[in-house]
Amino acid sequence: MATRQTRTLARTMMAPAVIVLLIWMAVPLAMTIWFSFQNYSLINPMMTGFAGWGNYEYVIGDPSFTQALVNTLLLVGGVLLITVIGGTFLALLLDQPIWGQGVLRILVISPFFVMPPVAALIWKNGFMHPGYGMLGHLFKALGLEPVDWFAQYPLFSVIVIVAWQWLPFATLILLTALQSLSEEQREAAEMDGANAVNRFRYIILPHMARAITIVILIQTIFLLGIFAEIRVTTGGGPGYASTNIAFLVFRTGILSNDIGAGSAGGVVAVIIANIVAIFLMRAVGKNLDA
Amino acid sequence: MGSITLEHVNKSFGEVEIIPDISLEIEDGEFVVFVGPSGCGKSTLLRLIAGLEDTTSGHIKLDGEDVTGAPPARRGLAMVFQSYALYPHMSVRDNIAFPLKMAKMPQAEIDKKVEYAARTLNLGSYLDRRPRALSGGQRQRVAIGRAIVREPKAFLFDEPLSNLDAALRVNMRLEITELHQQLKTTMIYVTHDQVEAMTMADRIVVLNAGNVEQFGSPLELYKRPANRFVAGFIGSPKMNFVDGPEAEKHNAHSIGVRPEHFTLSTTAGAGQWAGTVNVAEQLGSDTFLHVEVEGLGLMTVRTDGEQTFRHGDKVYLTPDANRIYRFDAAGLALQD
Repeated sequence: MATRQTRTLARTMMAPAVIVLLIWMAVPLAMTIWFSFQNYSLINPMMTGFAGWGNYEYVIGDPSFTQALVNTLLLVGGVLLITVIGGTFLALLLDQPIWGQGVLRILVISPFFVMPPVAALIWKNGFMHPGYGMLGHLFKALGLEPVDWFAQYPLFSVIVIVAWQWLPFATLILLTALQSLSEEQREAAEMDGANAVNRFRYIILPHMARAITIVILIQTIFLLGIFAEIRVTTGGGPGYASTNIAFLVFRTGILSNDIGAGSAGGVVAVIIANIVAIFLMRAVGKNLDA
Repeated sequence: MGSITLEHVNKSFGEVEIIPDISLEIEDGEFVVFVGPSGCGKSTLLRLIAGLEDTTSGHIKLDGEDVTGAPPARRGLAMVFQSYALYPHMSVRDNIAFPLKMAKMPQAEIDKKVEYAARTLNLGSYLDRRPRALSGGQRQRVAIGRAIVREPKAFLFDEPLSNLDAALRVNMRLEITELHQQLKTTMIYVTHDQVEAMTMADRIVVLNAGNVEQFGSPLELYKRPANRFVAGFIGSPKMNFVDGPEAEKHNAHSIGVRPEHFTLSTTAGAGQWAGTVNVAEQLGSDTFLHVEVEGLGLMTVRTDGEQTFRHGDKVYLTPDANRIYRFDAAGLALQD
């Protein structure tokens, strides 16, 4: 990119992609914002026109919104906690020299390749169903009452499924970070009299800090919009017990056919995602400059 | 205290035998250099002493105590790595303090020792910097600082100067030698550079293919090399070797003459061997001539820097009769 000619060429070549992307992003956003200020309900097609802040007042004022917001944060926080801690442990284990390492690593990564609705179905019917799920059988074999996971612990069940899906991602990123730690540093720490726990705490963990930050940032972006797992398993219920913001938008806009209110919810979701992103960047982003 | 004894130490990685059988006695307070070409097992030997590798068989003793199976931390040795292996997320102060912190020493005492180490190594103004913000030589000092605060029984250096530029290397060489005189602790130093070995060591271990070729003081190695390998390895530029009839005149399979042990003349016939100058390397103080000697091959000759030589100049060489090294067919030195 040294000369003026190459710079111009680069801009010209990149322009189509940038323009298409911009349109792809800007048009739906503009439409959503536009709809959010309109009276636009498929059930009541006669009611049209400008709604002012009505849709927003309707969405935010509803108690289900507060619950969905709390659920979203619990879902994101719970999955992050499980995947970061579990991923660190798995990465430490997979870093050990063992027979069949290659195959084992592929097996560990594989849940990430399963599509979310499929993963949710496997868990719903294969594991968590009180009648014929594996966990149900296990509880019965132990003489315990089988648990109806999605009725009794709906949000927790969704967290478990999503964590199962994202654990491989965290493991993979953390494992590569672990492998980039220089052998001499480990040996130096060993010579310095640090035992395994201290080596982990003072050498390995600080070395992985940046990778953990990346895992948290990327996962948060995706976890804020978890939808398929909820749709397939609990349908957001019972009541609103497992409804997050994304699913609330779906319930309002599609299930209740209120496009206006749904759009308002969508705009709120975008704002919340940005707020979370800003806080996150502030909190953990400083690790990235280091 | 820090005497180190190796008894029939053997190390193999699977089928590959790196160190067949080594026995060594390193005395307390000695500065011993392991030197040899790359792949000779010198670093492996150091790591065996450090405890970073397990011995396949044999025993390692520290002050008479068998530590063959002991983990590195238990041995009370400190090591300076080639890459320095500083902890990048810790300040210089924390890096130096780390071994003390691991030993659960009270904070006040740690501060005192870090302060002392920093003063010894001129690191005072860098204590709060991260290793990233330091130059190569400063990082090297921090690594040494981290080693000295522990007051180890012995220091192990694994090619510590190989990442520094030439000028700094000479400086650090002096600093490490001074440090040894000051601390009087046993030091084992691994290098492939025979100049470092010669200048720093009390005694040198010359290693080749996992075997000790000779163990002795630098001058002993220079004056009385045990075999052809040591003769060729110690001394710079390398010793010249001559085989065949010329060697038989001296009742040897081959003879060796160091470049500095020639008398050089440009007068026709004023020397035993006649040759043509191929390349003249002028260093100012000395000139190294690469001379093509008829029937004997290429020889390196040291001469003073006063006279200028050109490619193709005729010269006549006379090896110093008292300083001809003689070797038998197996490469072992023949005693007079």
